[in-house]
Amino acid sequence: MNAPCFHCGLPVPGEATWHVAIDGIDRAMCCPGCEAVARTIVDIGQAGYYRARTGFAATGTAADLVPQELKLYDSDPRFAAAAGDIEAVLLVDGMRCAACVWLIEHRLLALDGVVAASLNVATERLTVRWQGGKVQISDLLQALRGIGYMAYPYDAARHTAQLRKASRTLGRQLFVAGLCMMQVMMYVAPEYMAGDGTLEPDMAALMRWASLLLTVPAVVYSAQPFFAGAWTSLRARVLGMDVPVALGIGAGFLGSVVATWRGTGDVYFDSVTMFIFLLLASRWLELLARRKAAGALERMQHALPAVATRLAAWPGRAASVMPAAALREGDYVAVKPGEAFAADGILVEGRTAVDLALLTGESAPQAKGPGDAVPGGAVNVSAAVVLHVTRPVADSTLSNLLKLVERAGAAKPQIAQWADRTAARFVLALLLFAASTFAFWSWSDPARAWPVAIAVLVVSCPCALSLATPSALAAATDRLLAKGILVVRPHVLETLQRATHIVFDKTGTLTAGRPAVQAVHVFGGIDAQAATQIAAALEAHSLHPLARAIVAHAVRPVSMPAAQLEETPGQGLAGVVDGQAYRLGNARYAAGLAGTPPPKVDDGDGTTLVWLAGAGHWLACFAISDALRPDARATVDWFRAHGKEVVLLSGDRQQLADAVARQLGIDKALGDCLPERKLDYVQRLQRDGAVVAMVGDGINDAAVLSAADVSFAMGSGAALAQVHADTVLLHGDVGLVREAAAMAGATARVIRQNLAWACLYNLVAIPAAAFGLLGPWLAGVGMAASSAIVIVNALRLRRE
Amino acid sequence: MESLFLLVPVSIGLVFGALWVFFKASDDGQFDDLEGPAWRILQDDDEPLR
Repeated sequence: MNAPCFHCGLPVPGEATWHVAIDGIDRAMCCPGCEAVARTIVDIGQAGYYRARTGFAATGTAADLVPQELKLYDSDPRFAAAAGDIEAVLLVDGMRCAACVWLIEHRLLALDGVVAASLNVATERLTVRWQGGKVQISDLLQALRGIGYMAYPYDAARHTAQLRKASRTLGRQLFVAGLCMMQVMMYVAPEYMAGDGTLEPDMAALMRWASLLLTVPAVVYSAQPFFAGAWTSLRARVLGMDVPVALGIGAGFLGSVVATWRGTGDVYFDSVTMFIFLLLASRWLELLARRKAAGALERMQHALPAVATRLAAWPGRAASVMPAAALREGDYVAVKPGEAFAADGILVEGRTAVDLALLTGESAPQAKGPGDAVPGGAVNVSAAVVLHVTRPVADSTLSNLLKLVERAGAAKPQIAQWADRTAARFVLALLLFAASTFAFWSWSDPARAWPVAIAVLVVSCPCALSLATPSALAAATDRLLAKGILVVRPHVLETLQRATHIVFDKTGTLTAGRPAVQAVHVFGGIDAQAATQIAAALEAHSLHPLARAIVAHAVRPVSMPAAQLEETPGQGLAGVVDGQAYRLGNARYAAGLAGTPPPKVDDGDGTTLVWLAGAGHWLACFAISDALRPDARATVDWFRAHGKEVVLLSGDRQQLADAVARQLGIDKALGDCLPERKLDYVQRLQRDGAVVAMVGDGINDAAVLSAADVSFAMGSGAALAQVHADTVLLHGDVGLVREAAAMAGATARVIRQNLAWACLYNLVAIPAAAFGLLGPWLAGVGMAASSAIVIVNALRLRRE
Repeated sequence: MESLFLLVPVSIGLVFGALWVFFKASDDGQFDDLEGPAWRILQDDDEPLR
């Protein structure tokens, strides 16, 4: 056995002749690609990479790609400036270890004209600055591919810049507030520790002025978001949550400034800075949570590739690279392994595996061959294929999915609306309460009026109240999306856990839609397996669905060849296996060989019987019916165990509906249902006070799905745009309904906990502050902690 | 105790100095990637660039 390829770690073929001398030692390479990459690395003087790396490099395929498509970027206005420095953000794929960072940066810096290159490990983004005119972006990308890394111009760069700016600003404000807070504490400490009259007045004045000076940056710079938020909401004539906060900060600061100026009265600089810091900290946490919550969505938005390789003269091989957005219906596109499909289409050449994880949540790649439809955004895993585009990029499955997601994000569920309204009223009540508290204390103990009023303003936490629901919903929705459940309307999670009836709107939602052998009845001493083998041998080459079911049922691969096969369409087939003549087909046809009427078999409803007969005797009978979806039974059981009534409405014959219902343990099955009858049934349930969750295929049953309180569509790719359901199951797995219901329960629990906590906190803390039991600083701690607890609790939903 | 009249203003100056340094570092992207530099420093750079 040879040593593995020194560059990428793949096994080296026996007759391999590729070698590169690295650090004076001749190393074996597995292919010309690795050889070229390794030689480049050595030639640019970076052999140290091999000493420093902790894992093998990306495999050579990436380096073989045609460079033409890279040239396309040169004309992009973002990267084409005649003079001056250009800066761009590139997304780098294929990073394996620490040495990669170093290698990539050095490779780029070695190019003439590159001014700076820095790679952010956390985000896999590379920032490059180069002199326009001296070097082109395609040269940079080509250089990176030369050493085995794929880099793409990052299309959403502007979006990221905005995000980064927001978080950078917030980070700075937090830092300033923190630093000021700590320093102000130092100046305030002597006043707290000194006994009455032991602190000299001019020393006390010095400390106060010093604290004042250091509080200014915190109030003027760090507290901006609160003042801005309060101002925006006041201009819109709403009492937002920032209003009491801004009022608290403003009152505390101005009161202290006046006291410092006059040299009498209390100052609260320490409380003000600490309050600002803690509040910003909880905002920071919220920002992180939000970004996490948008993770699945963001990955989706970046899934469609920017360029496509068009085969203009298909079946000719002439290829041109063009922007993906310009693809039209009927174009032929070549898709290499590792690339994403730019648009929806049908494969016309090549067999490959396709990764649909982003679109459907299914993790295992699926085999696709000529004639199979592939949605845009799917990733081609194993082999190069040619795709016939059926829909332009703007109408692709992924675009429709994104539109649905955006629609979902635009609306607020009722409980969140309620929380928002409550929070607004709460703020008004709070302001009045703070004013009356101030009035009361001014009368009973004027010295404490200010701190108590400030504490009341600060300690109350309408944020916890209004964060409680959205934060939980965002976390749950993201988790569901990652599993392949797209929540389109916001009320789904709320309604689903109140649902009393789960109605399956079609037999097809519970069955796989392809026949499977349910039972084998044998006659005359032959065992079931042997009979299946014979039948499978006869059917081995038939494409009839029933035949495929029998072949699939045979445990061992068919070994016996069948001869003299003769098929009678619609009846069955005859043939010779192992020297014996057999007939396989319907009872009448098989009886022609058996010679006697078929034995009595208790056939279930909705099953098809396929008979196997030898010369003069009956051998076996295969009962074949539509196979249940793998998760159907568990799903039905789960709902029944949770006290929901499961109903099957079906347009199929009553017997068929009954058969499926019996196998799954569903009590109520209605067959022969026309759409009007389904609608009527659902509405009757609702009149009786039931909350109905409906599972359908989302296209034919628009009326009944919209009548249901909450609806699921077992959507798949092409049909997404017409879907009329609240929730789309992105792959046809009925178990997802159960997962959605379980998540709805968990979300409702978290929301209840959050709301309960927010109410409890406010009920305890506000009176405590009003009675003067809480100092302003303690109020700040309580307020920030209560928000943080709500957010952290919501984030729990993202975990399994 | 009189020394405080000097030291307190100095400390205020120091805080503002620290803020200035922090802003400058933040502008240069010092805090954008908190992981990469720790990896980068592990690499020896014996061989000069060509």
